Amino acid sequence: MKVAIIGATSGIAQEVAKIYAEERATLFLVARDEAKLSAVAGDLRVRGAVVETFVADLADRSRDEAIVSAAGEPDVVLIAHGSLPDQRAIDTDARAQSEAFALNATSFIALIAHFATVLERKRGGVLGVIGSVAGDRGRRSNYVYGSAKAAVHAYCEGLRARLAESNVAVVLIKPGWVDTPMTRGMKKNPLFASAGSVARGIHKAIGARRGDVYLPGFWRWISLLVRMLPARLVKF
Amino acid sequence: MSYESWGRWIPSTPARVVHNLRDTTDLVLPYGLGRSYGDSCLNNGHALLDTRELDHFRAFDDATGVLDCEGGMTLAEILRVFVPRGWFLPVTPGTKFVTVGGCIANDVHGKNHHRAGTFGRHVRSLELVRSDGSRTRCAPGDPMFAATIGGLGLTGLIASAEIQLRRIESAEITVERVPFRSLDEFEALSKACDATHEYTVAWFDSFSGAKGIFFQGNHAPLTLPARQPRGEGARRLPILPVLNQLTVRAFNTAYFVANARPKPQRVHWNPFFYPLDAVANWNAIYGRNGFLQYQFVIPEIAGLDPVKEIVNGAARSKLASFLTVIKKFGALSSPGLLSFPRAGTTVCFDFAARGLETLLPMLERFDDVVEAAGGRVYPAKDARMSGPRFRRFFPQWEELRKYADPQFSSSFWRRVMS
Repeated sequence: MKVAIIGATSGIAQEVAKIYAEERATLFLVARDEAKLSAVAGDLRVRGAVVETFVADLADRSRDEAIVSAAGEPDVVLIAHGSLPDQRAIDTDARAQSEAFALNATSFIALIAHFATVLERKRGGVLGVIGSVAGDRGRRSNYVYGSAKAAVHAYCEGLRARLAESNVAVVLIKPGWVDTPMTRGMKKNPLFASAGSVARGIHKAIGARRGDVYLPGFWRWISLLVRMLPARLVKF
Repeated sequence: MSYESWGRWIPSTPARVVHNLRDTTDLVLPYGLGRSYGDSCLNNGHALLDTRELDHFRAFDDATGVLDCEGGMTLAEILRVFVPRGWFLPVTPGTKFVTVGGCIANDVHGKNHHRAGTFGRHVRSLELVRSDGSRTRCAPGDPMFAATIGGLGLTGLIASAEIQLRRIESAEITVERVPFRSLDEFEALSKACDATHEYTVAWFDSFSGAKGIFFQGNHAPLTLPARQPRGEGARRLPILPVLNQLTVRAFNTAYFVANARPKPQRVHWNPFFYPLDAVANWNAIYGRNGFLQYQFVIPEIAGLDPVKEIVNGAARSKLASFLTVIKKFGALSSPGLLSFPRAGTTVCFDFAARGLETLLPMLERFDDVVEAAGGRVYPAKDARMSGPRFRRFFPQWEELRKYADPQFSSSFWRRVMS
């Protein structure tokens, strides 16, 4: 089995890759930081994977074709890059907001679109996409990140219908709070899940070709509640 | 993420936590999983360098069993990946939730000390990142290597290390439990069994003087069918701080009765080596104030009398030590400068941090006995020994200070240097 992971040095992606490595998969890993990517690749090789790496800044659209052609014909693609901006720090910075949106939405959609074509041609495979509960409702504390994820969600819903005809599953994963380097600055509470447990959920959802998946599962209900709140109450 | 020490008696108040050495100019200390009991893993008022993300394997040689991994790699992960491939840790402490860097910095020991010595003996090389930006690999024979083994994290960040794993045929241990009723009986059992068993350790009831259970084990040969483990994960449980003289006495009696069956059994490695790991937060049983561990070693030549004096002193004090463990260390020497173990008898108590007006003077008296016998107290567990005492226990401290990184320090180090 060949698995392509975009944003392979992210906390969640590393844990997912470990599970595939133990299944002796071939991994195609894309990330920006060469030293970090090489450490991750070395780790996965020891765990049993055959690993190919590709260094690219995913904010740079000019590399998309090169990434996709180097990836070959994967059975599973996981789009997992991104960054969580400090919302308050960019509240009045339009440029930073559009950059954050570009990384978390535009680059996601561009790469999903490319890989969708590859899998469609191959007539099979799974496209796993990391969304977020943050995309279910815009909130004061993360509306740039949330709106980018909302765009990804809507895109995936439509794409899923298109790819179903080609036997390609689109698995949209919506994690809640996960204890990873991305959430380093956040104060931890009991709802935080470990990257390992979320990764096991992702691996399982991809294997089962599920549709939308909240991880951990209880976020489905939190998210439902937050979506039902009247707008005047959503001040957090 | 909290940055406490396991004993929780000394509050942890780092001024900042960084993930990269370059991100601070303050005094800094690498922090792994915080399983040191006292303040050797704390750096109050200064910076901690979180090594949790330094958790990658780098290489493994299937022919020789040498594993190269980063310093924040946990023993739990090494076991999870390598036991199914027929490899085990050369030495392991009583919890698998520790990092390789921590095992090196404290030169930890395990139930096989009489056969394998300390963890540091199985380190083939290590890579040290210093505050001057240098990254150097050192190996046995280098003075910097010796200073880093048992060097309490003060010589720089242990970025990676090569460790010699050992072959196993199965994931199981054949274990025998033998009851004993005095320290002399323990001594006789130990003398007889250390030759035939790779792993030996004994638990005893600290109220009774020395009624206890001697555990001896060997890696089991391969036989089918292999027993399935119940899972290696740890659960957090709601724990009430219920330790007192009564509950500890009741536990001790029940534990003694339940374990007094010498018939050999095959058990999975996880409950054999890490019985307490099943509960991720077992330290909560000591309550809000935490607890103090006290581990000392009395050299072989001093005999058992100093051990008896301390054990009897603890029994008379009526202070409840929940888990009291005794083991004979072997003569294999460590390459480390400040390594704690030496040939002799080691005992480890853990006392709830209550009744300090009785407890602390008692431990001071125990220190007197240990010092008079030429022994020492284990820094990784200590939260209270005096600076002069530490410096007499470990006269090599001056040598360590020469090799310590000028930007590295710890609460423990400042305490024992003052």
